[in-house]
Amino acid sequence: MTKSISLTINGKRYSHDVEPRLLLVHYLRDVVGLKGTHIGCETSICGACTVALDGKAVKACSLFAVQCDGREIVTIEGLAADGRLHPLQEAFWNEHALQCGYCTPGMIMAARQLLERTPRPTEAEIRHGLEGNLCRCTGYQHIVNAVKAAAAAIGG
Amino acid sequence: MATTVAAPEPLVGKRIRRQEDPRLITGTATYVDDIELPGMHYAVIVRSPHAAAKIRAIRTEAALAHPGVAAVFTGEDTRHLGPVPCAASLPGLRVPQHTVLATDRVYYVGHPVAVVVATDRYLARDAADLVEVDYEPLPAVADPERALEPGAPAVHPEWPDNVAFTYHLENGDVDGAFAEADVVVRERIVSQRLIPTAMETRGVVASWNPGDKSLTLYSSTQIPHLMRTAVAKMIGLPENRLRAVAPEVGGGFGSKLNVYAEEALMGFVSMRIGKPVKWIESRRENYLVTIHGRGHVDYYELAARRDGTILAMKVKIIQDCGAYYQLLTPAIPTLSLLMAPGLYRFRNVRGEIVGAFTNCVPTDAYRGAGRPEATHCIERMVDILAAKLGMDPAEIRFKNFIREDEFPFDTGTGLSYDSGNYALPLRRALEIVGYERLREEQRRARAEGRLMGIGISAYGEVCGMGPSTAMPAGGWESATVRIEPSGRVTVLTGTSPHGQGEETTFAQIVADELGIDLNDITVLHGDTAVVQYGIGTFGSRTTPVGGTAIFLAVRDLKAKIERFGAMLLESSEVAFNRGVCVCKKTGRSVSLAEIAAAAYRALKLPPGEEPGLVATRYWEPPNFTFPFGAHIAVTEVDRDTGVIEIKRYVAVDDCGRQINPLLVAGQIHGGIAQGLGQALWEQAVYNEDGQLITGEMMDYAIPKATMIPYLECEHTETPTPVNPLGVKGVGEAGTIACSPAIVNSVVDALAPLGVSHIDMPLTPEKIWRLIHKGGGQ
Repeated sequence: MTKSISLTINGKRYSHDVEPRLLLVHYLRDVVGLKGTHIGCETSICGACTVALDGKAVKACSLFAVQCDGREIVTIEGLAADGRLHPLQEAFWNEHALQCGYCTPGMIMAARQLLERTPRPTEAEIRHGLEGNLCRCTGYQHIVNAVKAAAAAIGG
Repeated sequence: MATTVAAPEPLVGKRIRRQEDPRLITGTATYVDDIELPGMHYAVIVRSPHAAAKIRAIRTEAALAHPGVAAVFTGEDTRHLGPVPCAASLPGLRVPQHTVLATDRVYYVGHPVAVVVATDRYLARDAADLVEVDYEPLPAVADPERALEPGAPAVHPEWPDNVAFTYHLENGDVDGAFAEADVVVRERIVSQRLIPTAMETRGVVASWNPGDKSLTLYSSTQIPHLMRTAVAKMIGLPENRLRAVAPEVGGGFGSKLNVYAEEALMGFVSMRIGKPVKWIESRRENYLVTIHGRGHVDYYELAARRDGTILAMKVKIIQDCGAYYQLLTPAIPTLSLLMAPGLYRFRNVRGEIVGAFTNCVPTDAYRGAGRPEATHCIERMVDILAAKLGMDPAEIRFKNFIREDEFPFDTGTGLSYDSGNYALPLRRALEIVGYERLREEQRRARAEGRLMGIGISAYGEVCGMGPSTAMPAGGWESATVRIEPSGRVTVLTGTSPHGQGEETTFAQIVADELGIDLNDITVLHGDTAVVQYGIGTFGSRTTPVGGTAIFLAVRDLKAKIERFGAMLLESSEVAFNRGVCVCKKTGRSVSLAEIAAAAYRALKLPPGEEPGLVATRYWEPPNFTFPFGAHIAVTEVDRDTGVIEIKRYVAVDDCGRQINPLLVAGQIHGGIAQGLGQALWEQAVYNEDGQLITGEMMDYAIPKATMIPYLECEHTETPTPVNPLGVKGVGEAGTIACSPAIVNSVVDALAPLGVSHIDMPLTPEKIWRLIHKGGGQ
């Protein structure tokens, strides 16, 4: 049994027949072929699979693809525009806010929502805003620095 | 020919953003699970729910009949495969046969019993539930001290005492020193089992090519070359028909410094079904079956004079090995013993290790691997001694440090410390934190009934692993530096970086030596079809050992460049410097690109010279390196909740010369975060039956951004004489240094309540109970 879904991902329309039980993250990775969204825990703890669904950061391991029918998704692959990195991507690079890079796409997607809601966050607000995303490499300090730098770059 | 070229600025020592990041921040890197191959099948492993049981029967018919299922294999099918290897050897080591799939018995929860292969990952998962295994549960033992008691269930029936090995080390006159001592302090200290938790779990893609009888194995590993050698042997394939690839690897921390059953198993499956097969470890599997770290119960005794001079040490280490050995399991506690005396001058040491089998997943190398345990214990013991003598914890350390003029220093455990000035980072850390003022503040806080603590950790570590004589599988590293006909440079390293950033640091070294742009250099690693044999990335060795091999290869090339330059300039006196070869007499010059083009075109060669500009070097380090430093944690404990607030965390580390201080900072921060994890929150908990209670990220608390304080980091820089770069390594320092600083701080906070020791993790509940029963543990 499959169900037909149509949705927009990174500004592009997609239609597929999918099993109702197919997780969004597997849909993005295995059906659409967008491998930048990672799976770290399958239980919504680690946030490696964070994407934006209708503008809101969600964990793609805990949603079914069919729940996203008719909706709009942005993944890490959709951030850079016209060959230019998103300010968060640039800041993560400049501040050495990543090491193995596995949590990074989800971390950037979560930080993007944080900055949309709180354009000039304090250190405490950044740490709180990223609480749903685990990083085992960096100890978070450079991530905090990067989010601050991106906030300044976006705010001008 | 060009006559002037602007000399680029040196890059070594600069904070330079990483070459590897563009692919990682755009979601275009390729980790194992991102690999797609035509006809890919998916494997799911059926694992034991029991810690100990006999297998009476396995029924696979229903699974085989499930849609999409291509095959189901059990231990009967894999009997001919070689055992999962242990590279460590100790006298009298009892080595259990560690088969790829269980045959008649399982020894820990998660033990692989069967593998189901299907055309789709969901179908494979469905079918795995249809494999019926008839178990006869047996008594299990999960605690290492309990395992060593008479009458405990035998993990392996052939060794009823559960003793995996014993190891003894003795130096100097320990009994004499203890007899002569004014004071002896003793403590039992636990370094709890930890789950490494790389954000990317393990995964393997195996692809058999029946035409040329070759297998490609992609694995999330830190050691592609060693893994290839081992897996070829396990599955009976000539090594040169096996290509191992470590693609992008999402963290390892030692947990991927191993050869796992699944690597050989997927090779076997792909060869049997004639299709590529992918296995991706679930997080639950990762917690159950990828190695754990630590797992020590240690008994320490220190003998000292009244003035605080430490005279001797007795150590007994009980190492929880788990049910089997993985690659290095028995070797890890020997590292603890080597570093047991820490930074202190005494040489009278008696050490004993008892390895205990338990019905748990094996322990093995996890960030620090044996050294965090040693550092935690010696730094706790020094504090306990200071408290007993009424001395200041900083003062007792200064008194016992090996002095600057005593290097190289031969320790009582057989190491030779390379270089150091141990007082320097501690003095600096005390300055930064404002030690005297803090002690004043603490006196006031105590008067107000507040529980404030200051904890010091002065650490040393054995790194840059290491001389081959001291390593289970070779301690050297390899490098090929290839200047291409265009003058662009390709570096092939035998190390296997997976987040540490050596695509950048190695390029910095090469850029400076050749005087070229960073972007003209590509660093390749992790593919045995591309890179010459190497050892891998672990033990803070990649830059000190792998970087040195690159440095030597570039030096060779520079000599060859000068010989070609001399030919092209028709001069006997030339110098290659910053990208150009200059005739000392005429000032005429040729660029590296021009020399490279001539070296490959080979219309003319210098006398006796071969065409091309390629050099391969292998660096065998004469010794380990010994980074050191001092960390200080200031904490306050909430009496009502037991919650610990870290008010300050100061780290002064000395990793020798720094190639890229930005990356060094990243390593220190991340290391400290893992040390904080151990000190405060993390613990792999097995119940009495050997069930892992902390089997999910929900139950195993790795630190979140809100849980880590702002880290105040500085460095001293004492180059090592062990390698020409002067680099000591920095991957593990933060983890090794951190836990005793935290525990010493919290014990100091609770000292007015009579608390003298607390075992990790310092959970609020544990602290609250201590406060409310008035101290003592």
